[in-house]
Amino acid sequence: MFSPETQQQVDRLLSRYPIRRNALLPLLHLAQKENQGWLDSKWVNHVAELCEVSPTHVEGVATFYTMFRFRPPGKYHLQVCTCVPCCLVGGPEILEHLEHKLGIHAGHTTKDGLFSIEEMECIGACAYAPAMIVNEDYVEQLTPEKIDQLLDTLATTPQEQETHA
Amino acid sequence: MLEETLVLFRNIRTPGYDGTLDSYRKAGGYQSLPKALAMQPEEVIALVKEAGLRGRGGAGFPTGLKWSFMAKNTGKPSYLVCNADESEPGTCKDRELMLKDPHLFLEGMMIGCYALGCHHGYIYVRGEYFPAIKSLNKAIDDCYREGILGPKLLGGDYELDLTVHTGAGAYICGEESALLDSLEGKRGHPRVKPPFPAVAGFNSCPTSVNNVETLTNVTAILEMGADAYKSLGSPNNAGTHLVSLSGHVNRPGVYEVAMGVGLREIIQELGGGVRGGKQLKGVIPGGSSSPVLRADEIDIAYDFDSVGKAGSMMGSSAIMVFDEDTDVVKLLHRISRFYNHESCGQCTPCREGTHWARQLLRDFLQNNGSERKLNRLQRVGRNMGGTTLCALGDAASMPIVSFLKKFPDDFRQYYATAS
Repeated sequence: MFSPETQQQVDRLLSRYPIRRNALLPLLHLAQKENQGWLDSKWVNHVAELCEVSPTHVEGVATFYTMFRFRPPGKYHLQVCTCVPCCLVGGPEILEHLEHKLGIHAGHTTKDGLFSIEEMECIGACAYAPAMIVNEDYVEQLTPEKIDQLLDTLATTPQEQETHA
Repeated sequence: MLEETLVLFRNIRTPGYDGTLDSYRKAGGYQSLPKALAMQPEEVIALVKEAGLRGRGGAGFPTGLKWSFMAKNTGKPSYLVCNADESEPGTCKDRELMLKDPHLFLEGMMIGCYALGCHHGYIYVRGEYFPAIKSLNKAIDDCYREGILGPKLLGGDYELDLTVHTGAGAYICGEESALLDSLEGKRGHPRVKPPFPAVAGFNSCPTSVNNVETLTNVTAILEMGADAYKSLGSPNNAGTHLVSLSGHVNRPGVYEVAMGVGLREIIQELGGGVRGGKQLKGVIPGGSSSPVLRADEIDIAYDFDSVGKAGSMMGSSAIMVFDEDTDVVKLLHRISRFYNHESCGQCTPCREGTHWARQLLRDFLQNNGSERKLNRLQRVGRNMGGTTLCALGDAASMPIVSFLKKFPDDFRQYYATAS
């Protein structure tokens, strides 16, 4: 199910652990990346086979961790931190601004599938707050103007230049 | 004027330094590891003990002592697992090291593995740290290519592999036994202790779990020796530490200071004081779980023992500053929401208590507070402390108890105005 390049990564990962099950979390990350940012039962079953555990085990584990998603995210997944340090310097207002701007609440995806928002607990960018993660990149010291600019840039980024989660 | 003491950040603060293997070597890197390899493993542990290194993850437990607990001659492999699941709100120091000077940290990790007789070390990095994960993987690949890692560590006769393991968004996995369960491919549930990881850790093998900054300090100790290292800090609090300074200050950032410098000086002189010319209201001195200090309580030395004596804790050295305009009820609500979200659900006091605390605080914010609810909040807070398998119960409890004690009028305001 994995592409040949990813399969190489999978094999390499499995060789790094004494027990196949140990590679479960990293493999779920790879599966999620391969499947446009979310997991379905097909992938859960496949990872279960690779790790030699039951699909139920994989599902139990995957649902415990917030980074594994069971619905497709937007092309740009905006993960906005509102935790303590960000909360002190305007994180919640940044989230509100984004929600207003995109017309969706956190936990949802825009109709065109371009953006999704997730409210985060501490993302470890406290000294550069308020901050968010866009797919895999940190964007820090956010202001409403910076957000507007970023959204404009992302919305007009041509398909072939996209950075993907 | 307080200045940084640069040991771990020495390279990072050097203009033009980019953290690559090349630049690390030019800056004198990978000189500590051969020193360690020329010693017996027990001697390395003794040196770390002698230097007085205390864990930088939050608990401040003596690292050398932790290492000496490792079960020997068990017939099983032993492991060093680095806890890079930096998630305590306010803490963002390990990420600086992993991003900007990964080899300085990796060298310490290699020395640790050698001292403990481990042939495979795992670095458990929180999943959100994509840039740090990339940086570490690249650094490790470079080490393999240059023959630093692999069957012949630094060309000698010691075999060592290092693997970066990615977490997936769970604060609880920063607790060492939950981290090990997570590393094994399970839900991150803290274990019943004993047995401690030193006896039965990763896959039931002897394991030591150490923080990124702690291991990075090991490189420095090998380089400068125990006495010079000790002389940097205050008595019983050796060395320097990385302070994550955030909140309402003019210059938030990660600063390296000697242990025991003044807390107020850090905020005033490194952080440039409270922003907007406002008055300081309080400081959360060691990550969101540490008891809060009022503005009049921060004339203390910033090290494990002094902050402890002041009734709080230095934890992961994450200082969050808030000014006079801050609504502490709102702040505590946000803290409680965090612990409620991150509770793994195993122990009743924490699973239920964090939920109740959050609900009660929400009531206050909706002008639905009362003296009864205030007392209930206090009870819920107190009852979570010391009643759970891991420290998350305490972490959720300490802010509630301390905020109510230090800022009672702020809470009363919410129901005085309502009635």
